[in-house]
This record gives sequence, structure tokens and C-alpha cells, in this order.
Amino acid sequence: MGDAVLEISNLAKNFGALRATDGVTLDLRPGEIHALIGPNGAGKSTLIHQICGTLRQDSGTIRFAGQDIGGLGVAQRARLGLGRTFQVSSLASDFSALRNVMLAVQARRGSSFRFFKPVMRDKGLIDTAMTILERVGLAARARVPAAELSHGERRQLEIAMALALQSKAFLLDEPMAGMGPEGSKSLTRFLDTLRHEAPILLVEHDMDAVFALADRISVLVYGRIIATGTVEEIRSDPAVRTAYLGDHA
Amino acid sequence: MREAMIVNRENLINVILAGLLLAVPFAANAFGEPFYITLATRVAILALAATGLNLALGLGGLVSFGHAAFFGLGGYVAGILASHGFSGEPLLFGFSGTNQMWVIWPVAVILAGLVGLAIGAISLRTSGVYFIMITLAFAQMVYYFAVSWPAYGGEDGLSILVRNQFPGVMTMRPMSFFLICYVVLLVSVGLFALIRASRFGSALQATRQNEVRVATVGIQPYRIRLTAFVISAMMTGLAGALFADLNRFVSPSMLSWHMSGELIVLIILGGTGRLFGPLAGAALYVAFEYALGGITERWQFFLGLILLLVVLFARGGLLGLLAGRARHG
Amino acid sequence: MTFALALEQLLNGLQLGVMLFLMAAGLTLIFGVMGLINLAHGSLYMVGAFACAVVAAWTGSFWIGLVASLACAAAAGAVVELLVIRRLYDRDHLDQVLATFALILMFSEGTRWLFGSFPLYLDIPPLLQGAVPLPGGAEYPVYRLAIIAAGAAVAFGLYMLISRTRLGMRIRAGESDREMIGALGVDIRTLYTVVFALGAALAGLAGALVGALQSVQVGMGEPVLILAFVVIVIGGIGSIKGALLGALLVGVTDTMGRFLLPKILALFVPPAQAGMIGGAAASMLIYIVMALILAVKPRGLFPAAHA
Repeated sequence: MGDAVLEISNLAKNFGALRATDGVTLDLRPGEIHALIGPNGAGKSTLIHQICGTLRQDSGTIRFAGQDIGGLGVAQRARLGLGRTFQVSSLASDFSALRNVMLAVQARRGSSFRFFKPVMRDKGLIDTAMTILERVGLAARARVPAAELSHGERRQLEIAMALALQSKAFLLDEPMAGMGPEGSKSLTRFLDTLRHEAPILLVEHDMDAVFALADRISVLVYGRIIATGTVEEIRSDPAVRTAYLGDHA
Repeated sequence: MREAMIVNRENLINVILAGLLLAVPFAANAFGEPFYITLATRVAILALAATGLNLALGLGGLVSFGHAAFFGLGGYVAGILASHGFSGEPLLFGFSGTNQMWVIWPVAVILAGLVGLAIGAISLRTSGVYFIMITLAFAQMVYYFAVSWPAYGGEDGLSILVRNQFPGVMTMRPMSFFLICYVVLLVSVGLFALIRASRFGSALQATRQNEVRVATVGIQPYRIRLTAFVISAMMTGLAGALFADLNRFVSPSMLSWHMSGELIVLIILGGTGRLFGPLAGAALYVAFEYALGGITERWQFFLGLILLLVVLFARGGLLGLLAGRARHG
Repeated sequence: MTFALALEQLLNGLQLGVMLFLMAAGLTLIFGVMGLINLAHGSLYMVGAFACAVVAAWTGSFWIGLVASLACAAAAGAVVELLVIRRLYDRDHLDQVLATFALILMFSEGTRWLFGSFPLYLDIPPLLQGAVPLPGGAEYPVYRLAIIAAGAAVAFGLYMLISRTRLGMRIRAGESDREMIGALGVDIRTLYTVVFALGAALAGLAGALVGALQSVQVGMGEPVLILAFVVIVIGGIGSIKGALLGALLVGVTDTMGRFLLPKILALFVPPAQAGMIGGAAASMLIYIVMALILAVKPRGLFPAAHA
């Protein structure tokens, strides 16, 4: 398996008296899909915010690609290769799908401080972006403004942007949310191939997808990881069954 | 292909607007009505100032209520350099001013850029209403400084006795000075178009639409915004230098918050983020001012009323009405 | 003697601060509850001053004028809210800025239309004329002390209103959660109109009180408005407590800066230059203070929950 790409240890964050993250330790290894599950209000969002840099941890460390990133900003972490998608799609909504992906490509490939060459005549930028849109199956919709894309298409576009960053790890926040059964199935197939590109930390409520994809699962309850293990181990873990899975499993 | 039609229509309207602005002074010249040349020059300069602001406000969504600071600063650079050039009194480091526009312009642009950097660096740490109020407050600080510093006329302002010179051009002839301003405007609008279409422009417009998204792809929104704010300040500063030369006078009123408001109004009247929005807005504004001013002394009341109606009911501005909704490729 | 002078300046600073608080309280309340930035707040200040001057001249009583200023400013505020402002709550700040900027043009030009370009004058009521001795030998006008007292009373009243009454409870609910208050069955449109009128009345009161110290003229509200912006930016937009502290800080800093800076500079440079540099520096002082505070706390001293 090799060294972990992302290593979180003893991470803690309080909001007043509330312990939103309570000593979380977690890692993401090359080639794996590590699913993070837990009931609503367990602190998944808070944890994601801390990994991406929108929130600062109170204590604990976050290492990524061999570097302590706990003190870096969102953009700096992204530049190191942390690609994320959002629970609620977050796109430049006036821009077309193509220009959204081009923005990610331009950010990846050097500088945004170029003032004269028009991007729409930058063949390298457009071609790279189109290739990525083809991969996620959005090529036909490349010129449509993001605001006019369907819910499912916007989720695909988010993934395309994370791909364009050539990320060293993906952080996917409920990518299946709001997708129909067909959409979920095809996305599941897609994520299955994506793990070979870079490991995925997958926050997801869709248990079918989680059980189909995950190499390991961590269960977060009240800001603590109560169990980490393979699908089988988690299914049979008594603590998890009482705390979370209940009768569904 | 509706999109292509809208773009072509907007281009056509832009060409007509630029053509009209050029035609008016020539016609005025032919009919011996130099006053209209001055009006057209005023339109060109205000359009230039608003094009600068449009970069920050239209593309970046940064509602700066303090651009009068840069406008006035440019004006004072022209006035102060000219007055020292005239009197021969040394200004700084043995430099005793100049009446050459090609020296004045870079000084105005650089100074406006530096002040823009300072104001932007602090103001852009905030956003929304804070940003509006803070830019307003900083501009007001510059205003009060100009009022209370007596060396260059204080509240009374500073006259430029003879319009500054440009090599090979008779700047005192209204037509020649108009052409200078017209060329500077077109070059700046061209620059605006280049920037808007560039990688930087993409990042800037994306920052307006979704700041978090921009950070998530690894671009720091603060740096993009600050750069845009500085370029914007520079362009407006250059316009200020020309405005002082047009009136051959500069006073704190160029720095006042009414001026800042007017610049925003120009953009909104024309159409936010549109290439020729500021020109359309400036033409409309000066025409209102002139036409309403001819009918009633209370024209500002009706200007306010029109502005109110535009904001409440016609949000795309003039170009929005004529050319349809803006598209972003 | 210097001590007496300094004390006098300090009181002047307090009096300015109290006036700024009356303006800033309305601005910050309107922003906190409705999320609206209102540039025309200075126009309501002007309306109050004109109403007081006109009614006082007509009836011969400053006090009736004062009541009229409250009533007129509140009425003007309510009318403007009903006709214009309520269409702006869902708009972005740019639209709010432009529409209220347009209102300023209309208010200013409209007032000039009605009353002409010459300033009106308002006399200090007989009851509050004269001066009281200060420790150190100087005298201080009773009227200015009365303004400070009136401002303190309003601050206290506002505090009681917001913390102890049903209206105040609704205002607090509106600040923390707009949907929630709708769900509670409060008529939110009426609440907004009332809050706006209340803010307008405070501005009108400030205008009337200051009108007796200065002349009453078109445009008088604008410098005060911008100072009030500085106040609420320093205090934290949406916070009444921030507005009070910010107002006192700005009032005292500005007044004492103008008094002290030239004197301090005179120790180092010739007096003529000291006056010039000191005066210019003093006029920038509060903005520098604002910049310093923002460098440390970008959302002001008492950041509100949402802004």
C-alpha cells in the first residue's frame, strides 16, 4: 500500500461547547477509496472544511503529500493537489461548462496572471478541457452555461474540474446526492476507475455506492471515528450497528 | 446560434457608438459650435474613468464607492506638475514639474496605482457592504486631505493656466484635445477587452461568480482582486489627468463621493461589465445633464428619478435594452 | 487654562460622538434587520433639521419643532420604505447603493426646490441658552451638554426597547433569522417599515439638534453620513453596542486630533507649518484609525452574526 497520501491525526475543533471534531485520526492510501460515513450532524462537513482549509483546526495535524498543510489556505492546498467536489454544486454559474474546466486547467498549468492572450483562442487550454469533459461524458454540453445544466450534469462538471487539477487525492462530498438511480450507477462505475488515478476520500450517504466502492470505511459519530475497517468488518462491527447502521445492515 | 447574433449585434452597436462619438465633434466643428466638442470630450473622459471602474465593478463585482480618489489624484497630478512647471519651483528631487502630457500621464497612472494598492490591500480583506463603505471612507480621507492642505489651493482648487502639451499636437484646439482623449479611450477599451478575454479576466470574472470555486482550483481570489483593483485605479487616474486638462482646473470636487457615485451610475446606465457600457452610460449621462439642464434648474432631481427607475425596473442598462443579455462564452 | 481647553474639546468630542451614534444606530439597525445599506440616511437627517427649523420659525417654539422633526423624518422614512426601499431588500448591495444614491439626489434637489439655496437658522431654546462653568475656569454651553444628555437618554431608551419590549424581541429575531420570524407569524413587512421609520426618526432628531449649532442647509447630512459609515464599520455592522463605542471613539478622536496634533507638531516644526500639517493629518486621523482596526479585525470590533 505504501505511505499515506493524506494523514490526519488527532484533529479537533470546537464551536463553543460543541466538539464538532473530537480527536479524529484518519489516512488515505494510494489507490484506495476510503469512505467516510456517519449520521447527520456527526461532523462530516466540519471535517471536510478543515481538510480543505475553509476552517482551521484547534489542534492536531493534517499532512498531505508529505507536507504539513494545517496552516495553509484553500488555494494553496488545492495547488498541492487536493481536489474536491462540493455537497451542493459550486461552479462559476455564468460560465459554460467548458470555461469552468478551462479555469481549473489554467490554474493547474501555471499562471492566471496573463493579461493579453484570449483564453478562447488558447488551443492547448481548450483541448485539454474538452478531453476531460469527454471523459466525464459532458462533451456535448460543453458550451452550455453551468447555471443551465441539470443537477446531475453539474455534479459531473465538478468532478471534471477536480480531474483537471490532476489532483493527488480527491475529496468527494456526497457526489451521489440528488442523483437518480441511473446516474448513481454510472457515477459509481466512473469512481471505480478513478481510484487508479488518485485515491478518493468519499463522504456519502448512498450505502449501495459505499459498499460497492470502498476499500475501507470510517464511521464518524459525534465528531469521533468509532470504527475503521473493510466493508465486511464495518458491516459486522457491533458498535457501528448500534450507533449508526441500525437495521439497514 | 442566438448567442452569435447577440454578440454581433452588440459589436455593431459598439461600432455605432464609437462612430457617433467621433462624428459629433466633427459636425460641431463644421457648424462652428465648439461647445459640443467640449461635451464630447467630457463624454470620452468620463467613459475612460468608468471603463477603469468597470474592470473592478463589472468584471470583478467589486463595488468600489471610492474611485473618485483615483480620478482626483490623476487630476491633481496634472495640476500640480503643471503649476510647478509654470512657476519653476522645484517639486521633488530637483524635479520642477512639467507641462508635457507624456510625462504627466505615467506619473498619474503610477501614483493612482500605488494608492490603489494601499486602499485595495486593506479594503479587499473585507467584502460586501464593508467593502463599499471602506472604499468610500478612504476616498473621503483623500478628499479631506485635499481640502485641508493649503499649498495647492485647498478647497478652492488649482487652475492650470495653459493646457498641458502633447508633442506635435495643438492641445489648446478643442478638436485636437478631443482626438487625444478619444484615442486614449479607444486604447483603454481595447485593453479592457484583452484583459476580459485573458486568463486573468477569466479568473477575475469567476471570482465574482463564485469565490470559493476559484480558491478550490488553486487560485487566490485576493490576489486576483487586488491586481484588478490596481489596474482599475490606474485607468481612472489617467482619466482624471485628462479631465483636469479639459477644465484646466482641478478641485476637491473631483475627489468627492458624488464623483464616485456618478462613475458607478455611468456603468449602470450603460450596462455592467459591457465593453462599451461606460461609453453608452457617459453619453447618456452627459446628454441628460445637458438636455435636462436646459429645461430645468432642478435637473438633478429628475436625474435621480430616472436613475431610480433604471435600478428598479431596467437593470441591464442601455446596452442591455439594445443588445440583449450579456453572454460569457 | 490648557486643562480647561482640553476638557472643553473632550466634551465637544463626546457631543459629536453622541450625534454620530444617533445616525449610526439607525443605519446599523436597518442593516442588521433588513440587510440594507441606506445612503439616503443623511437625507433623513436633513429632513429633520429642516422640519425643526421651519416649524420652530412658524410656531416660535423649538420644542414643537423638535417634535415635528421626529414626526417628519419618521414619516419620510416610512413613505420612502413603502415606495422604494422594500423593493430593494432582495437586491444586491450595488442596486441598494444606486437606488439610495438616486434618493439623495431627489431629496437634496427637492429640498432646494422647496426652501431655496439659502441656509435656514434655528435658535437654541431659551431654556438651554447660556453656559455653565467648567473646572479649570472655562465655560461650556448648556445646549451642548443637553445634546450629550439627550444622546445618552436615547442610547438607554434604545437599549431598553431592544432588550425589553415585544418590538425589540422581533427586531432581535429578525437579525438572527429572517425566515424564523416569518414563521412566528410576525408581519414582517410592517416590522421592516417600523424599523426603517425608527431609524429615520433618530436621524431626524440628530439633524434637528445639530441644526441649532450650525446652519440648516442642503447637503448637511452627507459628511455626517460618511462619518456614520466609519462608525459602523469600526463597530461592526449590525451591532448597536459597536455603533455606540464606534461613535464615541470617532467623535473624540476626530475632535481631540484636530486640537492636539497641531500642538504636538509645534514642538518639532515652526508653528505655521505645524498648523498646516497638523490640520491635514487630523482630517485623516479617523480614517487611519479605521484602517488600523480593520487590519486587525476586518469585521469591526463587534462583528454581528451575519453581514
